[in-house]
Parts: sequence; structure tokens; C-alpha cells
Amino acid sequence: MRIAIVDESAMRAAVIHEGLAALDDCEIFVVTDRRGLVARIGEIAPDIVLMDLGNPSRDVLEEYFAVSRALARPIAMFVDESDADSIAASVEAGVSAYVVDGMAAHRIRPLLDLAVRRFNAFARLQADLAEAKGKLAERETIDTAKRILMDSRGLPEAQAYAELRRTAMNQGKRIADIAEAVVTAHTLMGGR
Amino acid sequence: MPNEFVVGFLPLVDACLPILAREHGFAEAEGLSLRLVRDISWATVLDRLLYGHSDAAHLVAPLAIATTLGRDRPAQPLSVPFVLGLNGNAVTLRPELARQVGTPGQLGDPARVGAALAVVAQARKAAGKRLRFGVVHRHSSHNYMLRYWLAACGVRPDEEVEIVTVPPPFCADALEAGEVDGICVGEPWNSVAVERGAGEIVLVTAQIWRRGVEKVLALREARLEERRADVEALVRALRRAGAHFVDPANWDVNAAILARPEYLDGDAVLIRRAISDRLLLARGGELVHFPDFMFQHREAANFPWVSQAEWLYTQMVRWEGRGFDPGDAIRAARVFRPDVYRSALLGTGEPLPGASSKVEGSLKGTTIVGTQQGSITLESNQFFDDRAFDPADLAGYLARLP
Repeated sequence: MRIAIVDESAMRAAVIHEGLAALDDCEIFVVTDRRGLVARIGEIAPDIVLMDLGNPSRDVLEEYFAVSRALARPIAMFVDESDADSIAASVEAGVSAYVVDGMAAHRIRPLLDLAVRRFNAFARLQADLAEAKGKLAERETIDTAKRILMDSRGLPEAQAYAELRRTAMNQGKRIADIAEAVVTAHTLMGGR
Repeated sequence: MPNEFVVGFLPLVDACLPILAREHGFAEAEGLSLRLVRDISWATVLDRLLYGHSDAAHLVAPLAIATTLGRDRPAQPLSVPFVLGLNGNAVTLRPELARQVGTPGQLGDPARVGAALAVVAQARKAAGKRLRFGVVHRHSSHNYMLRYWLAACGVRPDEEVEIVTVPPPFCADALEAGEVDGICVGEPWNSVAVERGAGEIVLVTAQIWRRGVEKVLALREARLEERRADVEALVRALRRAGAHFVDPANWDVNAAILARPEYLDGDAVLIRRAISDRLLLARGGELVHFPDFMFQHREAANFPWVSQAEWLYTQMVRWEGRGFDPGDAIRAARVFRPDVYRSALLGTGEPLPGASSKVEGSLKGTTIVGTQQGSITLESNQFFDDRAFDPADLAGYLARLP
């Protein structure tokens, strides 16, 4: 089975590719470049095309499927009209699949399930990354706030931090929020 | 607690009414909490609609009909209770081609530009390098309008010129790279191409058909029935948004709203031009004012005339080459739902036409028409070739087209 993964995000394409590589009897092609997309798909002559829902070239590819004689058989949307759950899961995960008409559903279903899982895994990865970045930024704000307290009130570092924590507890807020307020106030009062 | 209602859209100026209905509180005043979901391909807007991620979508009108008829996807009946606007698209050519066939400094006469283009198209075909045009979707008004104009000017689409799909954000790139010689697209994408020097605007679609149906609000038929009261509330909110949109006093604020990252993520200056019916045709030129370039409100512009759906069906048949099917014609006509529009606005001050279908393109001047409520004066609604479309005889109309 020939599978084309069309994704402008090379990183996500790699995550999907890695997941599908575990399947037997599959040849996988990754297409990340928008230019020449249609010609490339023609060369690959895939049985299945996986494409993320956020790809602006979906309309181009659908037109190609609708009018082209380059592929031997027309390509149908998703797996099977009756397989609503599978389709809903795909849309939820953000992946669309085009399948050569007539391909047996039992061959497609596991592949699509796998693709959906990989898409979801990638989305989680990104969320984790965003959270890690957020945590890093919070860490920096807390450090800045500590330095402001140390400079302006002559506190040692441990006590500056304890001050922040105590205030946060008293106000029912997160330390990062208090630190942010300290930094903002300091900037407003003419500090750097 | 207001009812949440989700509307999918593509970042185009004519997604304005749902955006403004949310931003100015018109939806909220009708008891709706409008949530807008932005996508960047019509395929994805449609998928979200079909699989229930959205309740309604800003959609190219022919795609609503194609979906109902099961073109390219399993058939799913869609319903259109509201037309989001008429026209608002333009034909932009690569600068050297524009200077060859257009009228510098102004919008050209469609017949004259078409005749000049026919000469170039012949030469390019003879040279084995056919002219190529980009449209945003094959089931789009852009595609049908471009083809209507070319065919009426003696240029045979698909034979003498190629027409391919190009996503709106890539139109300027495609012109610049020479992947296409011209595009027919909505705003702000013509203006983006002009600003970059990648293209010059030679025509607007309002010159091809003075009152051509463009984007619609589409829902799955089943969802429309389930949420009928909310849909009618939305229709009222969108009418109010339309009145706000066309008032010159609001152009600046509305352009700024539409330009935001969560909506068009574009340039407010370019957006304001489209809203005010003004376009820069070529870099370094003067703004040209073309009244009713976009048409969002007057003359009951949002009324889903059944005859508009039928005209779109005739064009689908014309270019698909599958032949006219009376059953499909009826299914296509039923996509437009004037009954919902009427029941939403009955008893408000909004004008409601007396009829639900009309001969398209037959009015040369201003005409007062019979109404169910209020008064409506229709202005010229002609096609540039003076052909009229009588919905009573679809097959006859098709047979007479070039």
C-alpha cells in the first residue's frame, strides 16, 4: 500500500511517518512542499493520502482528485460513508484522508486509526512544549521579581522568595501571578 | 445563558457579517453566543460543517449545491437561509497581460477586455502554452463568473485556457511565479497582488453580473431544523450587521475589526478599500470607486432567491459536462430557503419580496417590486452580455448559452 503524507509541518509529518512505519507492507512518502504538490502526488500514485485539515492546499488536491485522470481510479473522501465514528475522530484530530475507491475498509481502518493517534500525539507534544515554554517564562518572571525585592528591600534571596510565596498564599494566587504584579509595578514606578 | 452557535469561515472580507454580528453584539442581542472558527481551505470549512464541528458556515454558494448533489463527496443536503453577499471579487492579471488587454487606470469594459484576451488566448494556445487562470475552488462563483465571461467573449474554458484551483493566500505568489496568468478571487487578495506588483485588476465580477450571488450561510438541513429558532435569530442579527457594514460612518472601525489576527489577519487599509467599494487597480495608480463592488445589504441582498440557486445549477451542468438532470435541478433549487428568511424577519421592519424567484438579469433600470412587507426597489441586475436567466426554462437557457 502506498501512503502519501502531505503536511507543511515537516516535524508533524515525521511523527506520522514514524507511526505508520510500523505497519507491514506500506510504502510511505512525505510531501511538505506546496509547490508542485499535484505533480508529486501524480508521481507517487498513492492508495491513500493523509493531509492535515489546516493545509491550505486541500482544495487544490480535491480538485485534482475530482478532475484528474492521472490516477487510475477516483479517490473517495475518507474511509467509508457509513463509518461516521472514524470520520469524526479524524476531523477531531485534524487529519483528512483520501482513499482510492474500492480499497477494502478493513485495510484502511487500522491505518487511519493509527494516523489519528499520531496526530493526537503530535498535538499533545505541542501542548506540552507550549506549557514548558510557559513554565520557563514564569521562572524568569519569578527570578526578576526576587531581584527587585532583594534590591529594593535589601532581602536575601531565600527571604525574597518566601515573601512572594506568603503573599501568593494570602491572596489565593499563584506565585507567578504575584511575581508578574511585582515586575509590572516596578516598571510602572520607573524601574527597568 | 445565550445559546452557543458556531460558524466556520475563511479569512475573506465577505466573512464580514458573522464577524460583525458577534463583535457589535447583534447576535448576543438575539440571544446567541456566536463562536467563529477560522479555517484556510473550503474543504476544511465544509468538513467541520458536515461532521458537526460547526452549526453553519460561510461558504461559496455553488459548494452548498455541489454538496447537496453529492459532487466529490457523499451527498449531504445543505440549506441556505441567508445570502451573505453579492459579488466582491475581481479579475487580476499579470501586469504585462493586464496592460495588453485592460484599460489602464480604469476597470475595462468586460466585452472589450474579453475580446482582447481572446486574441492573446489564441496566440498562447498556438504557441503550446495556454493561458492559465486561478480560481479559489471549482465549485465557486469565481469559477462560474470567470467562465461565463470568457465563454461569452468567445474563449472556450478548458480548451483554449486552463482554469485551476489556487488557494486565496497563494494567489499573489502564483501570479508572481508565473504559475498563473490571472486570478479571480475575493478581497483582500486582489489588492494584496496589486500591492506587491504581482498583478493588476482589470475587471470586477459585478461588471460580469451586476447582482451575482457570492457567499452564503450554509447549514446541514437537519441542523437547520434542530436549531430553527437560533437560525432565525442569527438571520436577524446578520441583517443588522449588514446595515452596520454598509454605513460609511462605520467603515474604519469595521475594517480594523476584520483585520485582526483572529479574523482576516490582514491589512486594515486594504480591507477598508473593499468595504468602501474602492480599489487600487495597479501599483502607483489612483483609487477607483466602483459602486456596489461588494453588495451586502440593499435591495434585500441577503434574500435567498431560488432563481439564484437554479442559475448556479445551470453553470455546474454547463462546465461539468454531465448533462442536465431535472431531479438535481429541483434538489439544487431547494437548497435556498426563502421560507426561513421570511419567517425570521416577518413582523420586523425588514423588506420581504413578494416572490421567491425572479428572472435574473432582466432589469435594465430601477424597478419597484411587489413585497410581502416593506418596500424594495431593485436596480439593474444585468449580465454584461444582456442575456437574461428565466428559471422557468433551465434547459432552454442552457441550450442557448455559447
